[in-house]
Amino acid sequence: MAINGRTEPLGGDLTVVIRSDSAWDTLSIETFRELWRYRDLFYFLVLRDIKVLYAQTIMGFAWAILNPVIQIIIFTLIFGKVAKVPSDGLPYFLFVTVAIIPWAYMSEAMTKSSESLVSGQGMLGKVYFPRLLFPLGPVTAKLVDFVISLVILVLVMVYYGIAPTTNLLYLPLFVLTMICIPAGVGMWLSALAIRFRDVKFAMAFVIRMLMFSAPIVYSASTIPDAYRFLYSLNPIVGVIEGFRACLLGLSMPWEYIVPGIVTAVLLLVTGFAYFKRMERVFVDVI
Amino acid sequence: MALEARRRVDKQNPTVSQETAISVENVSKVYRLGVAETRHDTLGAVFVDMIKSPLENYKKYRSLYKFDDVTSTKIGNGTERSDVLWAVRDVSFDIKRGELVGLIGTNGAGKSTMLKILSRITPPTKGEVRVRGRVSSLLEVGTGFHPELTGRENVYLNGTILGMTKREVESKFDEIVEFSGVSKFLDTPVKRYSSGMKVRLAFAVAAHLEPEILIVDEVLAVGDAEFQKKCLRKMEDVGQHGRTVLFVSHNMSAIARLCERSILLHQGGIVKDGPTHEVVSAYLSSAWGQTAEREWPDEAEAPGDDVVKLRAVRVKDKNGEVSNSHDIRDPILIELDYDVMELHHQLYIHFLVHNQEGVCVFTAIDQDPEWRRKDRQTGRYTTVCRIPGNFLAEGTLSVTPVLRSIRPETYHGHAPDAIAFHVRESFEADSVRGDWVREIPGVVRPSLEWTTRYTCKG
Repeated sequence: MAINGRTEPLGGDLTVVIRSDSAWDTLSIETFRELWRYRDLFYFLVLRDIKVLYAQTIMGFAWAILNPVIQIIIFTLIFGKVAKVPSDGLPYFLFVTVAIIPWAYMSEAMTKSSESLVSGQGMLGKVYFPRLLFPLGPVTAKLVDFVISLVILVLVMVYYGIAPTTNLLYLPLFVLTMICIPAGVGMWLSALAIRFRDVKFAMAFVIRMLMFSAPIVYSASTIPDAYRFLYSLNPIVGVIEGFRACLLGLSMPWEYIVPGIVTAVLLLVTGFAYFKRMERVFVDVI
Repeated sequence: MALEARRRVDKQNPTVSQETAISVENVSKVYRLGVAETRHDTLGAVFVDMIKSPLENYKKYRSLYKFDDVTSTKIGNGTERSDVLWAVRDVSFDIKRGELVGLIGTNGAGKSTMLKILSRITPPTKGEVRVRGRVSSLLEVGTGFHPELTGRENVYLNGTILGMTKREVESKFDEIVEFSGVSKFLDTPVKRYSSGMKVRLAFAVAAHLEPEILIVDEVLAVGDAEFQKKCLRKMEDVGQHGRTVLFVSHNMSAIARLCERSILLHQGGIVKDGPTHEVVSAYLSSAWGQTAEREWPDEAEAPGDDVVKLRAVRVKDKNGEVSNSHDIRDPILIELDYDVMELHHQLYIHFLVHNQEGVCVFTAIDQDPEWRRKDRQTGRYTTVCRIPGNFLAEGTLSVTPVLRSIRPETYHGHAPDAIAFHVRESFEADSVRGDWVREIPGVVRPSLEWTTRYTCKG
């Protein structure tokens, strides 16, 4: 990145060097230090996203529950009752609920995050703060909805009498992967979207494609063995399968989880690098 | 040259460079101009273009930030390209800690681009800037204000956007609220505020920034007069606390009040850097490329006819010096030289004064009783018209001399906009402006007598 903040030990002062330099110079520790310095702003940006989301609605945060519930009901009716998609012997309603909760978070966070730079372009040209706060804001703000929607999960599990097993200890790993995916995708797509507004139009069908690319409404066991590895490279597959296994106490499908985590981390790292590389031209291409 | 010398000293003597807050070295910024759309007249052509356009578009948008083709040629090396704009070109200056510096210039001079580079919003295409200390830049009032959030929430959001920490906002919160005067509406969403209230709240946040370096773009142009004065005072305060301030404004009186030093930019380069009063008058006299004096040494080219010819027009100050920049309080002399070549004409010499908008401010007619209704001998005449001080409004004015005779009625000739001069605002408070800092409408600004009587109790 070109706008390069580097602390130099000159009289203990903070010296910022601003120049047009090669992209890889700035993938330094200073990037993270700077993010840390701006943590208060990040907090208020996230708070803004949360407060504004349900402003002037009657239902308020109830929407965070209603949205996934309606999706679960529709999917159960269409895929479970009408199409009779096999669900590994589990009740379809339960089967789809454990997948929809993380998926609803990922799809919404991805959409919001990839729009973040374009919708924040007014600020982009008027003030400097680490540009990474734009795509990372919605990824964090949407976690509130996710936490609220966990209520559904708990209620459904109690209804079906599912007792937690030791598998539940793995859950943080999948929550973390679940956050990495929209963060990585958001950094990639927001940086692309500010240059090419095509991203905005592509987003709707990309999300739909992604949904069918993961075992949300169907079971991963229906995938032919030959394609299993290719299938597992989709990090969403690992998250969904992981959520299902650790919530419902099934055996952990590591063959999906490990490749998924690897690609999620790759997505995060490359997204970060690409974002930092393109960051300097954002203002000039609005 | 002086700057060059100082930088060399800096490198040898680290204690000097300790005091440099901002150092700008050979900074240039290139923008790609209008990536033009091609036009089509038929639906078919549009369709064909749509199919082959994605690649073209990709190249087009990519070219917006790839400048290898432009900057590889040496700067200022003759190879001018019409498709790029050098918003800032090879600019160097240093600002010392605690200095208050004004940045002035016409629209498009590169002031805003310079501020954006210094604020880290956009990188320079070439060159390097070193900024030492915590910077807050104020390029807009109320950046990031969200209409759905309450006044209180927006104070926190805007404050942290401008670089404060949460704790700093907390400690100044009461002061900010008091300064803004909207304490009653703190928990009301900002969308229900009047635009004036919004500006006051936003400015209150900005006014309480305490960075080491403050970069301010034309932001005093908002708010009512009383509030503006409050803000100016606050800015003066900031300057007195040893902070470095870089200030862009079109308001010369604000610049003169706040900054000891100013930098004049023109077409992306530095034209003048020095004490504010010198730089401001250099700016004002350059404003229109006007000339304060015009002479027609060649009789054949001089305006007029066989009877009378105009030979020179000048604008002079009260001391008789030719000058194109005049203090609003001082009288201005317009001098015309003309040759009379035929007897028996009662001359009717006058001139028109137009302002920048093309409005005719007034017409002045030579009615000198010594010559009125009298025949004139042939030969050279010089006539001087005195425009009193505290009469014209600030701005650029042009003079069009006209030569006519009243008896027999004849038109001899005229010289449209022969000369122009600038009336500049006084920076002391004894002009008609008083303490008002914003624009004053009107083509003239006469000093008039006012009397106020107290008549009865409320």
